[in-house]
Amino acid sequence: MVGEAVSSREVILSRLRAAASDGAGAPVPVPRDYRREGTVDLDLLVRRLTDYRAHVHRVPEAAVADTVAGILPASATVVVPPGLPSAWLPQTVTALPDDGLDNQQIAAADGVVTAAAVAIAETGTVVLDGSPDQGRRVLTLLPDLHICVVRAAQVVAGVPQALTRLAPHRPLTWISGPSATSDIELNRVEGVHGPRTLHLILLP
Amino acid sequence: MVTRTFLGIPATAPAGVGHLRGEESFPVAARRALGDAQLRRNLGHATTTIRAKSAGVIAEVPDWQALRAAGSAIKTDVLARLPELLEQLEARVTAAGGVVHWAADANEANAIVVDLVRATGSDRVIKVKSMVTQEIGLNEALEAAGIAPVETDLAELIVQLGEDRPSHILVPAIHRNRAEIREIFLRAMPGVDPGLTDEPVVLAAAARRFLRQTFLSTSVAVSGANFAVAQTGTLAVVESEGNGRMCLTLPQTLITVMGVEKVVPTWRDLEVFLQLLPRASTGERMNPYTSMWTGVTPGDGPQAFHLVLLDNGRSAVLADEVGRQALHCIRCSACLNVCPVYERTGGHAYGSVYPGPIGAVLSPQLTGVADNASLPYASSLCGACYDACPVKINIPELLVHLRDQVPHPRGESAAMAAAAYAMDHPALYAAAQRAARLSRLTGRRGRGLPPPLSGWTASRDLPEAPAETFRQWWAKR
Amino acid sequence: MRIALFVTCLADTMFPEAAKATVRLLERLGHEVVFPAGQTCCGQMHVNTGYQRDAVPLVRRHVRVFDPYDVIVAPSGSCVGSVRHQHAMVARRGGDERLAGRAESVAGRTYELSELLVDVLGVTDVGAFFPHRVTYHPTCHSLRLLRVGDRPVRLLRAVRGLDLIELPDADQCCGFGGTFAVKNADTSTAMLADKMRHVLSTGAEVCTAGDSSCLMHIGGGLSRMRAGVRTVHLAEVLASTAQGESATDHRGLVVRW
Repeated sequence: MVGEAVSSREVILSRLRAAASDGAGAPVPVPRDYRREGTVDLDLLVRRLTDYRAHVHRVPEAAVADTVAGILPASATVVVPPGLPSAWLPQTVTALPDDGLDNQQIAAADGVVTAAAVAIAETGTVVLDGSPDQGRRVLTLLPDLHICVVRAAQVVAGVPQALTRLAPHRPLTWISGPSATSDIELNRVEGVHGPRTLHLILLP
Repeated sequence: MVTRTFLGIPATAPAGVGHLRGEESFPVAARRALGDAQLRRNLGHATTTIRAKSAGVIAEVPDWQALRAAGSAIKTDVLARLPELLEQLEARVTAAGGVVHWAADANEANAIVVDLVRATGSDRVIKVKSMVTQEIGLNEALEAAGIAPVETDLAELIVQLGEDRPSHILVPAIHRNRAEIREIFLRAMPGVDPGLTDEPVVLAAAARRFLRQTFLSTSVAVSGANFAVAQTGTLAVVESEGNGRMCLTLPQTLITVMGVEKVVPTWRDLEVFLQLLPRASTGERMNPYTSMWTGVTPGDGPQAFHLVLLDNGRSAVLADEVGRQALHCIRCSACLNVCPVYERTGGHAYGSVYPGPIGAVLSPQLTGVADNASLPYASSLCGACYDACPVKINIPELLVHLRDQVPHPRGESAAMAAAAYAMDHPALYAAAQRAARLSRLTGRRGRGLPPPLSGWTASRDLPEAPAETFRQWWAKR
Repeated sequence: MRIALFVTCLADTMFPEAAKATVRLLERLGHEVVFPAGQTCCGQMHVNTGYQRDAVPLVRRHVRVFDPYDVIVAPSGSCVGSVRHQHAMVARRGGDERLAGRAESVAGRTYELSELLVDVLGVTDVGAFFPHRVTYHPTCHSLRLLRVGDRPVRLLRAVRGLDLIELPDADQCCGFGGTFAVKNADTSTAMLADKMRHVLSTGAEVCTAGDSSCLMHIGGGLSRMRAGVRTVHLAEVLASTAQGESATDHRGLVVRW
């Protein structure tokens, strides 16, 4: 018996309908008794970041440029997303504004400075969402050093609070410490393909 | 070509493609693994390390059990209405500029990916570690089509360069220690520094140098997905090294292959899984990098995005009311790390790309139990896996359930039926108990018994049967 | 209290001393022990080996035999685990919903020995005397299926003369697993080797547990290596008194204290 050819889409959907035909279809209630509120603890964020070998600097906004100057050697080249506050960059470094930099140019830079969308205290995470002060995803990927500036008001207690602040349609990069691997004997070692050094400048 | 005749019949994964079936039974393969002292040491060291790390960060969160309950319920909900969620996912991804493909099995998925890569003109793809592309044997299909797949995850790279097979869901090279990895790199990594040491940091740096130019010059990437949000069309990949970010950001074309069960209903559901997965998996509060994307973002990342939705036996798993909970799995590998059997045999003994307790219940269901008949028995039913599972898959229950479906050896079936008959007839039962005392005649401590009892007496003495049974003693009281 | 003894087929046939000790202990505590005739096996071996249909008559028999009793005890975490976690399921899959309901009822009245002593009878000091260095193996089904927790250890700590030594990696399976020990004998043996290594590292004279099956496994290994460490069921330790009651080790040798 040979039937009419149908799409795999139709095949899969009909298989799945047949497979779950035993009273399936009704949504299952999800108990959400886990913590969805919490007080923000900036010290906890610092401890978590430090634990995963990120360097943390707590300074007033006016001191950001000096802090960056202290991290990067004089005449270092720095990739700069288009919307980054210019006051954050010291005169000592050479800025490479992203007006369509190619990947080789980005990879050759000494570092990148960005803002962030959200930071999560409990997990030591910063999230970038591609806003103008953070730029394209590649900007924070190829340079070996990333300086990320976070305002205290952007810090949330836990993962649930972070998701409510983020826009799903934006490309999101969650960063928890520098690039690392646990692939050799299941020990975490820092430094594989992403930036091997992560600095977080935490503003009040 | 699939015809309407077969519509609606859940199907298992086809044989002859992919890596769901081993060539030998578990006991045979395990025996060889058990004889490898180096393997035993590597596995013992690695699983002990990860168990302690994971327990530490799980103890930090006061609501771990509530998160598990939520994760489990979300997955139950997903399985109850998969078709609806997949159609919603398809609509959202399409609206965001992606293209959705449906693959009924491994062959179809491989063909779709090969065609998509060919259309770009590239003869090389960079790959993010993904269980599903291993499951379907995508690398072999790409190679057969003249396309070179480059694994970019460090452990996958170690496996690929070592012409080896993965042995763990999370850390495919868990069976290798640092000295062996150094040797593989020296032997097979082009341009490697001959002065390479076995320091993990040095080995990681060697991988960074080796892959950097490949990342920058390859126009197509293939990934799996940890989660796909039906409500928003958002895909998520959870990783550590940044190779995932490279693959998801640098190429012009991104092809993501995912099993249909990976869909989650809402954006908010990620708040559960992004807490469960890292702590259960690598034992971290959060893994270094998680990437999320929705279709195509103009000016940022790949400008062509293809999502391949794969069945390959999952509909057959879903059709089993008890067995379907195996589809809750988020591939954290916590069950492997706590399993006393896995710890001693390693992953290769399971034959399938899905090893350990979850593999023992997932692989036989994907292929049909007859093709992986020894796997449901590869467990002492100690229950450590159930306690460790962040989405509460009752693996011991599933193992027992699958054992009931396995085709049994005829002699064993007859013995079991006879035993059950005797146990349901107390007079016969008492006679059988008296016969047990004859074991005194089988030689000292039972040595010299025939198979299968010789499996016991090879390493363990049998107790001597007592002079009288309890019920004989009781009757005399 | 009137307590029905579910002896378990293994204790009945191979390790009657564990069952006798259970009787002695409960009677010493002032309770009446009855032994319902007609009991045989809970069917766990059939279920766990993949023969659920063969187990249905065994579940039916077990439920029929024990249904008249308010409190049922077994000196085995594993067999109580089977009654509690498998019987109703086996009945239900066998299409007998009524049996499943009765099985659930019986399961609710069935206790592992340490549960009975601590939770139902409310005792942790059972007046035992056992002057030996002892290490306790928690057994997987007591630990993870029944969640007996520290009940056995609390009972052991109250035993006079007993020197309790913590077993390293105690929660690790000994490798028994029923037919696993035969079907996957090599892996089972590897697990057993590590368990024995930990037992020997304690320097204990006696390894105790709440399951004769696991003790048979550990004891069988220790006997083969002539380690000199005895395996003794928890019931026998708790039944021992200064008056010189006996306990056997699981090689079947009666030891007089």
